[in-house]
Amino acid sequence: MNIIEDAKQAVQGLVQGAMAKAVALAPDSWMPGGEPDPLIRHQHGHVGKPLSRIDGPRKVTGSATFSAEFPVDGMVYAAVVFATIAKGRLVEIDTRSAEASPGVISVMTHRNAPKLNPPPVFMSSSKAAGGDNLPIMQDDRIHWNGQPIAVVLAESQEFADHAASLICATYEADVTLTNFAVAIAKGTEPSLFMGQPLHNEIGDAEKALKEAPVAVDATYRTPRHNHNAIELHAVTVAWTGDTLRIHDASQLVAHTAWSVAQMFGMDEKQVVVTSPFVGGGFGGKCLWQHQVLAAAAAKIVGRPVRLVLSREGVYRVVGGRTLTEQRVALGADKHGKFKALIHTGVIAKTPSNILPEPFIMPARSAYASETMLLDVQAVELDMLANTFMRAPGEAVGTFALESAIDELADALGIDPIELRLRNEPEKEPTSGLPFSSRHVVEAWKMGAERFGWDQRSVKPGLVRDGEWLVGLGCATATYPYYRMPGGAARITLTRLGQATVDIAAHEMGMGTATVQTQVVAERLGLSLEAITFNYGDSTLPGVVLAGGSQQTASIGASVIAAHRALVKELIKIAGNDSPLAGLKPDEVASRDAGLCKADDPSRFETYASILERAHRDEIRVEASPPDPLETMHWSMHSHGAMFCEVRVNAVTGEPRVSRFLGSFDCGRILNSKTAASQFRGGIIMGLGLALMEETQFDERYGRIMNPSLSEYHVPVHMDVPDIDVIWTDIPDPHTPMGAHGVGEIGITGTAAAVANAIYNATGKRMRDLPITLDKLL
Amino acid sequence: MIPFSYSRATDANGAIEQVAGNHTKYLGGGTNLVDLMRENIERPTALVDVTGLSNEITETPDGGLIIGAAVRNTALASHPIVRARYPVLCRAILAGASAQIRNMATVGGNILQRTRCSYFYDAAGSNCNKRTLGEGCDAIGGFARYHAILGASPSCIATHPSDMCVALAALDAVVLVDGIHGERRLALNDLHRLPGDRPDVDTVLEPDELITAVELPQFSLASRSTYRKVRDRSSYAFALVSVAAILNVKDGLIADARIGLGGVAHKPWRARKAEAILRGGPATIAQFEAAAGAELADAQPLQDNVFKVELARRTIVAVLEDLRDTQ
Amino acid sequence: MQTSTHLEISRRDLLISSAATVAVTGVAGGAIAQSAGNDMVQTSKVSFIVNGDIHNMKLDNRTTLLDALREHLHLTGTKKGCDHGQCGACTVIVDGRRLNACLTLAIMQEGRRVTTIEGLGKPGDLHPMQAAFIKHDGFQCGYCTPGQICSSVAVLEEIGANIPSHVTADLTSPVALTAAEVRERMSGNICRCGAYSNIIDAISDVGGMKA
Ligand SMILES: Cc1cc2nc3c(=O)[nH]c(=O)nc-3n(C[C@H](O)[C@H](O)[C@H](O)COP(=O)(O)OP(=O)(O)OC[C@H]3O[C@@H](n4cnc5c(N)ncnc54)[C@H](O)[C@@H]3O)c2cc1C
Ligand code: SF4
Ligand code: FES
Ligand code: FES
Repeated sequence: MNIIEDAKQAVQGLVQGAMAKAVALAPDSWMPGGEPDPLIRHQHGHVGKPLSRIDGPRKVTGSATFSAEFPVDGMVYAAVVFATIAKGRLVEIDTRSAEASPGVISVMTHRNAPKLNPPPVFMSSSKAAGGDNLPIMQDDRIHWNGQPIAVVLAESQEFADHAASLICATYEADVTLTNFAVAIAKGTEPSLFMGQPLHNEIGDAEKALKEAPVAVDATYRTPRHNHNAIELHAVTVAWTGDTLRIHDASQLVAHTAWSVAQMFGMDEKQVVVTSPFVGGGFGGKCLWQHQVLAAAAAKIVGRPVRLVLSREGVYRVVGGRTLTEQRVALGADKHGKFKALIHTGVIAKTPSNILPEPFIMPARSAYASETMLLDVQAVELDMLANTFMRAPGEAVGTFALESAIDELADALGIDPIELRLRNEPEKEPTSGLPFSSRHVVEAWKMGAERFGWDQRSVKPGLVRDGEWLVGLGCATATYPYYRMPGGAARITLTRLGQATVDIAAHEMGMGTATVQTQVVAERLGLSLEAITFNYGDSTLPGVVLAGGSQQTASIGASVIAAHRALVKELIKIAGNDSPLAGLKPDEVASRDAGLCKADDPSRFETYASILERAHRDEIRVEASPPDPLETMHWSMHSHGAMFCEVRVNAVTGEPRVSRFLGSFDCGRILNSKTAASQFRGGIIMGLGLALMEETQFDERYGRIMNPSLSEYHVPVHMDVPDIDVIWTDIPDPHTPMGAHGVGEIGITGTAAAVANAIYNATGKRMRDLPITLDKLL
Repeated sequence: MIPFSYSRATDANGAIEQVAGNHTKYLGGGTNLVDLMRENIERPTALVDVTGLSNEITETPDGGLIIGAAVRNTALASHPIVRARYPVLCRAILAGASAQIRNMATVGGNILQRTRCSYFYDAAGSNCNKRTLGEGCDAIGGFARYHAILGASPSCIATHPSDMCVALAALDAVVLVDGIHGERRLALNDLHRLPGDRPDVDTVLEPDELITAVELPQFSLASRSTYRKVRDRSSYAFALVSVAAILNVKDGLIADARIGLGGVAHKPWRARKAEAILRGGPATIAQFEAAAGAELADAQPLQDNVFKVELARRTIVAVLEDLRDTQ
Repeated sequence: MQTSTHLEISRRDLLISSAATVAVTGVAGGAIAQSAGNDMVQTSKVSFIVNGDIHNMKLDNRTTLLDALREHLHLTGTKKGCDHGQCGACTVIVDGRRLNACLTLAIMQEGRRVTTIEGLGKPGDLHPMQAAFIKHDGFQCGYCTPGQICSSVAVLEEIGANIPSHVTADLTSPVALTAAEVRERMSGNICRCGAYSNIIDAISDVGGMKA
């Protein structure tokens, strides 16, 4: 890690540390969410209804336009050539045959690429979007096996692809470090996540572990993972005058616009990024080299450029989840009370990014323990920068932690659910903060009953159905509630009673457009038909990341702020003839296409009548919510109880999941249909994580050897059984709408539930993912 | 993909006439060839589309079947005679790829599909003797989970990926071939090669030779046959190990047994050693185990695929047991 | 059983040896070994019917059916998720059979009838399968969806036509519409968002499968 980054992060950490104390001690009412969102009380409106997706008709008919589908006149097709060594220098790159090949317009390499500033790496500042901070095609240095070294621009994709195959590169290789074990042997470094050290200590955990009457202590391993959204990363870019238009597949349009502007030395407003539909994100659709290469190439050829990465290309330039080696040690008294909880280990990253997979996040808040030691160490390898992938930290951290709890339960002879309930914390153990909303016990009870947990054979290996050994397992799911700074929304209300909400948010399949339409309609007291929700455009207000399951909260808080501004403005223009005259904004609520006195709904006037009297066709307001101090005042998390039934073939070892239930505690559910899909989708990705997903990184060459959907296995229909999802639906009193994000929680806990079920079926402990059949033979 | 010319053939002679030289390839469903051309691994300058050749399945007078080379995989698996008499073939085809690919893939193309070794596919970044003889084999010492445990050589450890061919191997299918130098009949078992020091050559066919049909011998026995494929996900994945088996038990004794193994070698592997032990012996698990053990005694696995020896052993035994119990 | 030693080179050994190498050369694209052959552009005339309309085109021989649809006919409802037959996003129905448009050349489609997602239905005039996907939330991001829907329609027809699958227990009796049959037959269509369970519900609904 570079020293300046280090210092910057440390200072940030200190400031945050000092501020965190003050925020923790401040009264609730000072906090955003100190007063419950009034919408929480609306029980019979639009919120929570299983509304079908409003973009459904477009998606099912193929008329939703994705980034590679914007028709642009005079467009040029691009193909990318990737480096084949892990580190070193390009001695020569021969592009002559490619340039002479039919249909080719130009070939861009470091020799002729426009001068660019390096990308601002994600988390280094509030609008930074880069996957890493390496210069893009600016010099002859090679930093990873797969780095783009040339872009061919041609009249068709066929011409471009063929010409790309004619480019010859000669390299001079440096000494590389691509082997995890070797890197660990050389020494590890402590790591920081969002400016804070990934380290917590309560008491002397190692000592407590030694003294504990019952203990388990084991190492768990998880491999690299790649994103594999089905939509290939693609951009269509065009320079019009000084403005750069990027049709991107993005989960952070405003961040991207700002970051690209930094790189090209432009004003942020000169870069317009649109992304109306995103074919799957999961953390992978951020700013990587392809958008920048396309923009640079478009500059060179003076024509719009379409760049669609091949599936292999996606593996070469878009980072994924890094690998981890985790130790979990638990010590308990005879009744199962935790005396020691140790969760430590090592991850790999690169010198050019700042994401150490924070696998200790679950342990920070999940259980009470007398002592604790949590720590993430990092090594740096010569590889493509790793990045966020659905529940970074939690997805793999819960695998280790929740497997260890199952091992301890077994050692103690206590039911694993009971063991978890016995260690339910009263407040967050590592921070001492009170929980904003924690109903995991309810989730466990509901889930256990529905799943038939009492049917489980306590002794492993006893249930058999023909060739198949059958077992049940469970695990806790947990994911933090985040709300990031930067939200803002604009509301335009017309005299006809139509409202438009504009916010630079994203729809990647989470149901954003649908759910927010429901929420906005309810908040404004309008019908669903009266709402237009605009998103996916960097020129709209707000810097909103669709990540960390925080978008719902960020939009929710932004709309609350904008609604407040709207009410204020309406009262102002309503004047003295209105039934609302003399009321303060705080005393007013929206209902039935108008405003009323909150505690006297009969004092009411419609929006139309207010606007009419004021001779206004429309009224427009824009506002930002307060900074998310609530997340430093309460410990805010979603939870779930995951239940799995597996069948393991006694002959071949094939593990197959035959039943799954997720019982969630995620605040209020805003749309029961789309939320259920998000839960299921997370669980299914979790099944992949458990049983099959692994990026084959050849440590000899630092090269990914399975850059394809055929060799990198993700679950197919046949791998996925019926998945039951239920939820507590208890609102969090401190969040907008009482809601939590639901996008990531499903992948957490799932792998452990599967592994624990496999133990129950076979008596074999699976501590290395993925659990492939060879491990079960 | 390099530029190429394209033409269609409606019969074997037409196709063979259009073979201009080494750089011409026959095109079946294209599901393997187009893919490899896109990766610049196959670089034909001319394609002769042979999907217009016979797509008929006809019964021979002696009760066998002749299957035209252009018959699509789905059509073959759906054919009533195949379903009734050759379940091993039906099941093997249905265990492969996806419905979409089976709708496109032809019998000829399926037989001649090339390995899925990921180093072979990485034309830009890996060494592979099959692609460029003498370059070395990066799979050795690399990821070799899907690689051979039988019949491999120090120059190549790739496997043949077809499921259908494993069944054809067990069924003693004959491949009808036509070429510039005339027609010939080849046992499927003799068609594919072991890598030796020429892993760049997959089969004994000359570049101009066209598969016109596959002949299945009369085989009432085949109705007691099945195919079992073991893979890393439940569907749409290549075999780690697969077993095609045909078993005939009379009065507790094995009258006949034929076994094909997939996922274990550079060619569909006919388990002749196992068969020799089975034939005439008692249809007991001990006998099955002895047979499987004998076949796998020569296995030379790598660190990544050691498990396949045990997996193959168990799968053979389980399949035989299953066939015996359904006699 | 014996573990072969002559083939096995440990990864550690190789790592050390490659780390010690100061200069190696490599070739990107792997193309210099062979001549590029005839670099002339080769095009052909082809005509086929898409969603009822006949199209006469002159195309580069290399153009796949998928790229012909997306780039030449601007029918972008058919998606590209891999270009290698590994995901099913490009599934279209040609002469009544579903296939992967990315693995078939456009010139091979002479005279064929192609049905894409656009040909099944339009907003306001949906095919029952499209409507069922909306009702059961059979998608999230929507990218794999056109392929899933084309496959779903074909699956019901294939079962109706008594085409067996890997999970068909009895090959000689008529194939039944069951969840396992549908799951197996849909396995060539990958959905990373994980809409699988909902897709099965949609197909069951349209196919009239008993729960
Ligand atoms: C994602 C994916 C998954 C797959 N999974 C499996 C699997 O699990 N199991 C499995 O068995 N297969 C699998 N396959 C492979 C598939 O079965 C083959 O691609 C297919 O069978 C090839 O048939 P084709 O007609 O398309 O051949 P083509 O691609 O057209 O041709 C293949 C080769 O055969 C030659 N050829 C074709 N016809 C003739 C002829 N008549 N005479 C001489 N030469 C000829 C061609 O020149 C070419 O070299 C998979 C493929 C993909 C893409
Ligand atoms: S195993 Fe064979 S196909 Fe694979 S890299 Fe080695 S030589 Fe090539
Ligand atoms: S794009 Fe054709 S199968 Fe993926
Ligand atoms: S809906 Fe996103 S991939 Fe299927």
